[in-house]
Amino acid sequence: MRKSFIKTFLFYTCIIIIAIIPLIVFLWMFLTGLKTQMDNLAIPPKIIFSPTLENFKSVFAQNNFLKYLFNSFVVATFAVAISLLFGLPAAYSIARFKMQKIGLSLLIARMVPFISYLIPWFIIFRRLRLVDTYIALITTHLIITLPFIIWIMVNFFENVPISLEEAARIDGCTYLQVFIRILIPVVRNGIFTSSVLGFIFSWNQFLFSLILSGNRTMTVPVAVFKFISYEEINWGGLAAAATTITLPPLILTLFIQKHMIKGLTSGAVKG
Amino acid sequence: MGKIMKNRTKYTFALPALLLMVIIVAFPIAYNVFMSLHVWFVASGSGPRWVGFKNYITILFDKRFWNSIRVTILFTTGALGGEILIGVLLALFFNRNFKGKSIIKTIFLFPIAATPVAVSLIWAMMYNYDLGIINVLLKAVGLPPLLWLADPKLVIPALVITDVWQWTPLILLIVLANLESLPSDPFESAKVDGASTFQTILFITLPMVKPAIIVAAMIRSIDAIKTFDLIYVMTQGGPNIASENLNLYIFNQGFSYFRMGMASALAIVLFSIVMAVNVFLAIIRNKNTT
Repeated sequence: MRKSFIKTFLFYTCIIIIAIIPLIVFLWMFLTGLKTQMDNLAIPPKIIFSPTLENFKSVFAQNNFLKYLFNSFVVATFAVAISLLFGLPAAYSIARFKMQKIGLSLLIARMVPFISYLIPWFIIFRRLRLVDTYIALITTHLIITLPFIIWIMVNFFENVPISLEEAARIDGCTYLQVFIRILIPVVRNGIFTSSVLGFIFSWNQFLFSLILSGNRTMTVPVAVFKFISYEEINWGGLAAAATTITLPPLILTLFIQKHMIKGLTSGAVKG
Repeated sequence: MGKIMKNRTKYTFALPALLLMVIIVAFPIAYNVFMSLHVWFVASGSGPRWVGFKNYITILFDKRFWNSIRVTILFTTGALGGEILIGVLLALFFNRNFKGKSIIKTIFLFPIAATPVAVSLIWAMMYNYDLGIINVLLKAVGLPPLLWLADPKLVIPALVITDVWQWTPLILLIVLANLESLPSDPFESAKVDGASTFQTILFITLPMVKPAIIVAAMIRSIDAIKTFDLIYVMTQGGPNIASENLNLYIFNQGFSYFRMGMASALAIVLFSIVMAVNVFLAIIRNKNTT
């Protein structure tokens, strides 16, 4: 009896220690953001300090940060919306008519380094004077979100029994009607999961935005990176900015936790 | 009639997306191959000049290229090795029923979703020589503080640690999901036969989850070989070029020196490496499943 109690106690101690490791980095980031510059430069570091929201306030006040958040939001939303519009019908037809070669080519597209896409697009957008526009950012973010959303949705459409469609076809529905009225509602979980993941990918995207955005369209990862170069010593401000930009993906994760891993792996399982 | 309709639907549903993919994905790749056979300094104002395979030959004798290959190999094997080892061990440990299991799973999703630029920035602060928490902890247990990102010998291990922190959870959760879906019969009969826990894991559990481990390795390898954000934010390839992997080197050729032809040729090399590693892993996996 006593032995099993000790065993359980040890087990949960281990679990808690392991679970702290992913969290402690976020916690440290958040706490650094709550400290004044004085407290952040103290040696040894202060564990007890009076928290202040000054850093968060100054991030939003000084650096056009709201605008950058808005830019990230616009780019990610459009990238996901366009991917769904084009990707859903394609995923359905790949799943239903077993066009596996297209599936494989999507997987290969994922292996191509982003920079292979970036060089041509940079040259084109420069010539068209479209650098620092939403068009340039959304187009390049589609390179990530479109194949990804197709991949996930192929899996979801494959799991829909064909009898469901056939029944509706006999009732006189066209393919398009069947698709919109019957299939889309059935796969809504997949649409939600893939949209959220696509949004996170676009939100986190750094390389395309680093080259193709400018003062008008800068997205948050680039803004934070630029922030580093001239605020190197302002740890509180940097940590507050880092906390702010990584919060949306973390919150979104909570809505898709059941399907997230399945979503992230679905592309590679079959290829 | 039915068949023609079916064919038409097949293509009308897929066509818009396929066209878009050709424009945004296939065309740049073709352009990239074309550019790799040219010399072009974007800054010079003159157009690209055809040079055949000269860029590729230059690469072969380029010391900085071989340095970047070395960095890529060290970083990828370190990160992938650490992530698979720790991820699989933790998955085996978590593979039982206990209170709070779903909370644990949620916690491990956070590093995966976190913005890499933010994560890299915070780790760079944690590695700071004077004020970083890591050196403070080292000093607290009586060890000397380390230069981490400024020491050419330590910079790759430091980057690997950050990558392992961020991506071990992915391997852990993929393998754990697979473990939870395994049938219980083989484990029961092993118990009846008197196998120890260690024997059961080694001879029954691990062979059964091997395909899942390989899939996880494939997904991670694609991204680890191409790592950019993490290194660019934490070290910019430094000190000097001690942590410049192939992707960073391509970026520098293209967007620091504006040698687009050279950068394109290097990008083709990087793609070939990612492809080769994945074909290799796919062959191992297919051998295992049949």
